[in-house]
Amino acid sequence: MILRPGAKVNIPSDMAHSFKGGGLWDSLSLTSLPGRMFCVYPSTKTYFPHFDLHHDSEQIRHHGKKVVGALGDAVRHLDNLSATLSELSNLHAYNLRVDPVNFKLLSHCFQVVLGVHLGREYTPQVHVAYDKFLAAVSAVLAEKYR
Amino acid sequence: SCVCLCSCLPLSRLLIVYPWTQRFFSAFGNLSSPTAIIGNPKVRAHGKKVLTSFGDAVKNLDNIKATYAKLSELHCDKLHVDPENFSLLGDILIIVLATHFKREFTPACQAAWQKLVRVVAHALSYKYH
Repeated sequence: MILRPGAKVNIPSDMAHSFKGGGLWDSLSLTSLPGRMFCVYPSTKTYFPHFDLHHDSEQIRHHGKKVVGALGDAVRHLDNLSATLSELSNLHAYNLRVDPVNFKLLSHCFQVVLGVHLGREYTPQVHVAYDKFLAAVSAVLAEKYR
Repeated sequence: SCVCLCSCLPLSRLLIVYPWTQRFFSAFGNLSSPTAIIGNPKVRAHGKKVLTSFGDAVKNLDNIKATYAKLSELHCDKLHVDPENFSLLGDILIIVLATHFKREFTPACQAAWQKLVRVVAHALSYKYH
């Protein structure tokens, strides 16, 4: 989902309550997210040749915290994703140059982790809100690629 | 028991999360809201049919292409379904499994299921022309 320049993330306000702040994001073992992605999609490991990729390594946990922190920031600034993620967008465009297909892979694993932790509470309505959010974040991260 | 519990959920979730997939189900009646979709008896019945067919793949892991040959032709020639939708449904199924099995749905477990849905999607699109 590519956002038009200047477009806002159009998540209906009644879905906004599904984005619980603080508690949910702190309690989830989202630091395990990169590890799950590396296991399920081994090709994603090619971007981390410098990492200790053993299960649950300190580097993986640390990176997971960074990713979750950035997503937490994004969730708190839904109306201004481009500005909020501007530095990360620069980093991915000019430095990391991660192929955008991988944003979908990480997003999917993020949703699986949400499903694991929220169970029945991960209703279709919550699911679609997060899916739109992650698609919007992915679009912003790739918006300076060319 | 997994099939009974989950059978209608993946399809209804697909229709809610990716509303454009409703294009294939105009004969199903009321799909106007998540509640309508979840309660729709045709969606429930068809969801169960799809999952039961998925079960056939699990029982015929060494012969999936042959198992799905006729269904592949049907989806291409009669139903005109873009194979991208098979991947969408596969990923939705995996998320439903995650919500059901929770901590038991380990990364290794997810990896195995991703392989399966990928193989099923490939088999279903194999006869496309």
